[in-house]
Amino acid sequence: MNKKQKKNLLRIIVAAVLLVVLAYAPLTGGPRFVAYLLPYLIVGYDILLKAGKGIKNRKAFDECLLMAIATIGAMALAIYEDGDYTEAIAVMLFYQVGEWFQSYAVGRSRRDISALMDIRPDYANLEGEDGQLERVDPDEVEIGAIIVVKPGEKIPLDGVVVEGVSSLNTVALTGESLPRDIKAGDEVLSGCININGLLKIKTTKEFDESTASKILEMVEDASSRKSKSENFIAKFARVYTPIVVYAAVALALLPPLVRLLFMGLTPEWGTWVYRALVFLVISCPCALVVSIPLSFFAGIGGASRQGVLVKGSNYLETLAEVDTVVFDKTGTLTKGVFEVSAIHTDKLDADQLLHLAAHVERYSTHPIAESLRAAFGHEADGCSVEQVDEIPGQGIRAMVNDRQVHVGNEKLMETIGASWHECSHDLPGTTIHVALDGEYAGHIIIADVLKEHAKEAITVLKKNGIRQTVMLTGDAMKVADKVAADLQLDTVYSQLLPQDKVAKVEELLAAQKTGKLAFVGDGINDAPVLSRADVGIAMGAMGSDAAIEAADIVLMDDDPLKISIAQRVARKTLRIVKQNIYFSIGIKVLVMIGGALGFANMWAAIFADVGVMVLAVLNAVRAMFVSR
Amino acid sequence: MKKTYKIEVDCANCANLMEEAAKNTPGVADATVNFMALKMKVEFEDGAEVSEVMENVLANCKKVEDDCEIFF
Repeated sequence: MNKKQKKNLLRIIVAAVLLVVLAYAPLTGGPRFVAYLLPYLIVGYDILLKAGKGIKNRKAFDECLLMAIATIGAMALAIYEDGDYTEAIAVMLFYQVGEWFQSYAVGRSRRDISALMDIRPDYANLEGEDGQLERVDPDEVEIGAIIVVKPGEKIPLDGVVVEGVSSLNTVALTGESLPRDIKAGDEVLSGCININGLLKIKTTKEFDESTASKILEMVEDASSRKSKSENFIAKFARVYTPIVVYAAVALALLPPLVRLLFMGLTPEWGTWVYRALVFLVISCPCALVVSIPLSFFAGIGGASRQGVLVKGSNYLETLAEVDTVVFDKTGTLTKGVFEVSAIHTDKLDADQLLHLAAHVERYSTHPIAESLRAAFGHEADGCSVEQVDEIPGQGIRAMVNDRQVHVGNEKLMETIGASWHECSHDLPGTTIHVALDGEYAGHIIIADVLKEHAKEAITVLKKNGIRQTVMLTGDAMKVADKVAADLQLDTVYSQLLPQDKVAKVEELLAAQKTGKLAFVGDGINDAPVLSRADVGIAMGAMGSDAAIEAADIVLMDDDPLKISIAQRVARKTLRIVKQNIYFSIGIKVLVMIGGALGFANMWAAIFADVGVMVLAVLNAVRAMFVSR
Repeated sequence: MKKTYKIEVDCANCANLMEEAAKNTPGVADATVNFMALKMKVEFEDGAEVSEVMENVLANCKKVEDDCEIFF
């Protein structure tokens, strides 16, 4: 609680206690009025002052002014009728309770949600010449400086590990709870927490450009991009108050005049003025106005906790309506890294074949060589590899343990006259042939593999009511069709150039009838498509900066399963927003009708104003919680 | 030119009113108030004197909600 909240709470309590005491005090007439004036002024003086300013600034629909009129009116009626001032004071008291609760709840959720995003590093440790650590503002650390991160500390800037081995807790960044092991040479992102080892990191980015700062900025800015619901409510609020006030004036004047002039009855001014005052109590649109941005803020905060960054409330809204998801293949559904997917031998056993291939590729930096070495696992086993000779466009030849080994494509096999054959299994990917002493030994298939959750991601999306799943790729048809079949995607377009992808997405957009279209991608050439789609979703960890910049939603850990989580958050948030809109407006309208007909009194009006607001705010905060 | 300012305001509707008031201030091309982050983003018209415009923005905001503050 801040100072203002404490002071207001005290005012509310004092006034409430006074009100209870006065209920038992045997006062009548003038002294009674003066005694009741005391709690009224304690709890309402600031409203009265603001009302005065509202008049000065010619703001007829200032909520303080309306509240002042309502309560003063009720007091006046009480003097004239029965001397029961409790109602008037209660209106002011509960109005203040509502204001206090709103301020407290919003402040609380502001803090809770920022705590979810607790990745802002406070300091960096620079190593001085004498080996002593100096604590500095991360803002002052230059690119290329060596910083030291102790166990338990947050990594303040993006960089590369130069010394040390450790595990990183990346949960605040990616939502992934499994620690990530790192060693010298690995790239690390700011905002991760160093769990056990001492790390020396060479920074590669300035503080403002580092991941942690960028994410915080994105999330904080997110609620500046307002959703349709927010704009609707802002417009609604502008007309709501005047309408209610005019209705109140009409209610106070018309029925008594009609009764008096046309029906020959007593006008009953008191009754009708009272009903008009009931209207004024409900004239503040605050319950409605506060709960909508709060819901979106909570939703965006909850999503970021899961490693999904949403760049604006409007995107959350669009995501909830998505019924077509278009995927890029490489790096989005597949890992974008080559792995050995099959080994078929003619001679030798599979391990021996891989052993030879890995050795021949010992000195190569080609991605295929790396995948072969990775698949074998222990290439540095002391075998001798000599006379390595790279034959451009064909492959590599080398002596492994004094035996001649050729590793390469069909052309290489032709050149050396080995009797090679096509893979009979018709697998997608690249085929690497191996010959031993000039004789064909077998082949290894290297392919881009699917991400672990790719299949599950598609299944869940379909279960959640996604009508159409499409894959766009620049890859060969055979590879693309295999992936699409494995994942059970509805449609696949292969061998596309980057500009073809934009054209295809535009085609699909034109064919959309009701729902929205989301595009999920990672590469630089995906940036135009990401911005063209209704919602662009980018892979954050591996994706290019351009793609992340162009995207509306970023998945921090590249897991396609997070798309459905994001969608769930979006739908939940939108559901809460709708509940709040219908519930708040509904109750207010009901009480107004009741008030006009004489069924609803001031107490009902207080509930419609304050009670509804409290419920709407509590409901809004629910958007923060996401079930996995 | 765009600038972001920290603000203080208690109610969401007042934040909307401040946004309107800021938008209607001469020299301001566009303005957004983010109630949850307590930030005001102001896009100034070309050649506008920023500090002068912000004085007026604050004055206009005070008119619609006396209990608000903009830090600039």
